[in-house]
Amino acid sequence: MPATIDLEDLGLDAGGQILVERALAGLAPGDRLVVRGRHPALAVHLTAWCRAEGHRFDLTADPPTVVRGRADLERWQGAQRAGRTAGDVAARADPHWGLAARGALVEPGGPALAVDWVDRDLVWADVAPRLYAQATANQWDPATAVRWSAAGTVPEDVEDAVVQVMTYLVENEQAALMIPARLLSRLHPHFREVMQLLAAQAADEARHVEIFTRRALLHRDVLGLSGAGGRASLQTLLDEPDFTLASFLLSVLGEGSFLDLLHFLHQHAPDAVTADVTRLAARDEARHVAFGVAHTAHVVRADPTFLGRLRTAVERRHAALVDTAGLNKQVFDALVILAAGSWEPAAIARGWREVLRLQETMDAGRRRRLEYIGFPDDEAAALSALHTRNFM
Amino acid sequence: MSARLLLGAVAYDPKVVTIWDGFRSWFRDRGLEFDYLLYSHYERQVEDLLAGRIDVAWNSPLAWIRAERLARARDLTVRAIAMRDTDQDLTSVVVVRADSPVRDLAELRGRTVATGAVDSPQATLLPLALLRQAGLDPGADVEVRRFDVGVGLHGDHIGGEREAAKELVAGRVDAACLIDGNLLLFGREGVLPAGSVRVLAQTEPYDHCNMTAGPHADPERVDEFGKLLLSMSYGDARTRPLLDLEGLKEWLPGRTDRYAALDRAVTETGFYHPDGTIHAGDYRP
Repeated sequence: MPATIDLEDLGLDAGGQILVERALAGLAPGDRLVVRGRHPALAVHLTAWCRAEGHRFDLTADPPTVVRGRADLERWQGAQRAGRTAGDVAARADPHWGLAARGALVEPGGPALAVDWVDRDLVWADVAPRLYAQATANQWDPATAVRWSAAGTVPEDVEDAVVQVMTYLVENEQAALMIPARLLSRLHPHFREVMQLLAAQAADEARHVEIFTRRALLHRDVLGLSGAGGRASLQTLLDEPDFTLASFLLSVLGEGSFLDLLHFLHQHAPDAVTADVTRLAARDEARHVAFGVAHTAHVVRADPTFLGRLRTAVERRHAALVDTAGLNKQVFDALVILAAGSWEPAAIARGWREVLRLQETMDAGRRRRLEYIGFPDDEAAALSALHTRNFM
Repeated sequence: MSARLLLGAVAYDPKVVTIWDGFRSWFRDRGLEFDYLLYSHYERQVEDLLAGRIDVAWNSPLAWIRAERLARARDLTVRAIAMRDTDQDLTSVVVVRADSPVRDLAELRGRTVATGAVDSPQATLLPLALLRQAGLDPGADVEVRRFDVGVGLHGDHIGGEREAAKELVAGRVDAACLIDGNLLLFGREGVLPAGSVRVLAQTEPYDHCNMTAGPHADPERVDEFGKLLLSMSYGDARTRPLLDLEGLKEWLPGRTDRYAALDRAVTETGFYHPDGTIHAGDYRP
């Protein structure tokens, strides 16, 4: 007795084939399925549908019968899961999984994804899923998170310093936006949480560019100066092709130092808007630093010799920048003025000391992170000293 | 000729380039020097096949009929070496609107029937033969409204059938001729909303395209080509996209016993002369 299905008055032009397919799914190739129904064109539909799907419609049988083919089974033979489960991050992601969701059953064939990073340990950090959750939970709206209407008056020459610092911040944040965006496009999406985190990071930086620009233009029509040395320093970050080295130079050393700078600016902000924009940016940057540190430490744990490559990357960058000016003089002076709050000699002296202390704080932070990653303390101190004078 | 097998195919759609580029790589990977030549219509392809300018032709059923007639007239032989599983046992239907008073083909007398292009086996030649079998003379007893889209492509272009279906739904014709697969397709597309039409008549099963070997082709190379075609597996992920594009699950050995109805229709309408020359006066590929 062959399997039987009744489509009642449903045709294959209105979904009947879904029921036929469901009935055929339980049968083996060569098995027969009697399809009953009242649709006047049912036999015509079945003739055409079976032909297209690789089944056979036996019109000579009584009643007419579908003989199951094997094309649908052949299509899925050799299909692989992109990771055993959705939670299982494979050690190596097959480029042929393409854009398939992690854990999906992937039909063989189709184009291979042109991505460079397919090895988990070269991009992963166990903290990535948690950081991504934090990133989405802590999104803020530049329009409402900053007290734009609280923009009080700032002395003209202090405002000049604010504009110069904001100009510098925008330039740096643009580099910090482009780098995760570039890394993102070369990463296998199997490492979803890293991809999401980099996307959130790029979006964070886009907001920072917006709020720093807006603060700079709060009382002015033009921005400040952009020094060639600062841009050369940032260019070396853009030029780093390796995922971990780029992440290390940008997030561990660069954004790590920037974090202290943003705290400094928040502390010495001459108005509420400057205080808000630096506080909000620092909150995001802390997350970027956390991923960079966790990821670099992950790589070093898997391969302790990687410390050598990290060291070389710092030295190479230092060598490339040794003949450049480093931090733009105007930015340095602006930081002193912001910390001083006025042009009185005593205030300037205080501001100067504050900026020196900032640099010490940055150095201590870099050393702490380098030690966490696995460098001995003397080496951490030496590498920190080689970090760019441009902070980022 | 060179040691290469040259195939002719008709470029009825831009995807034809993708298809035969893919096949070319596939054959070359398996040691067969293979290349292809694209034609803008079937008539020149068939003439070139007989002249030995190509070794095999991916022929429509009508092109097969003509190739066979041309060969016979010259004491030559052409062979159908392979066809798709989807080329076997097709049917065409004549449909009317569901609420039409017409109950059988004979009742179409004095009415208007929409067909595909003049050279479409499935949407013109075979369904009109069905009308003749019912005692009607298309063009005299029944007005034929033909939709000549893609003339020379032997009905490969779906446009004529789609126009015919639209005319039927719009009430401008009383019946329309379609291949069975397009009845289903147009139903799903909404061109023929579910329940809007009724099948008035259906042809006997007939076969569609075949891979025709020309009279001057090296038989060994043709055999090797045929053997490779038949070895293409839908289970192979690298081959499957080619088969999906060309619309088949497997290649089958060619057979020629289900072209009789079309051959009769060609004779009845005088579309081609018995010697294969083109006779249909209003056919300009």
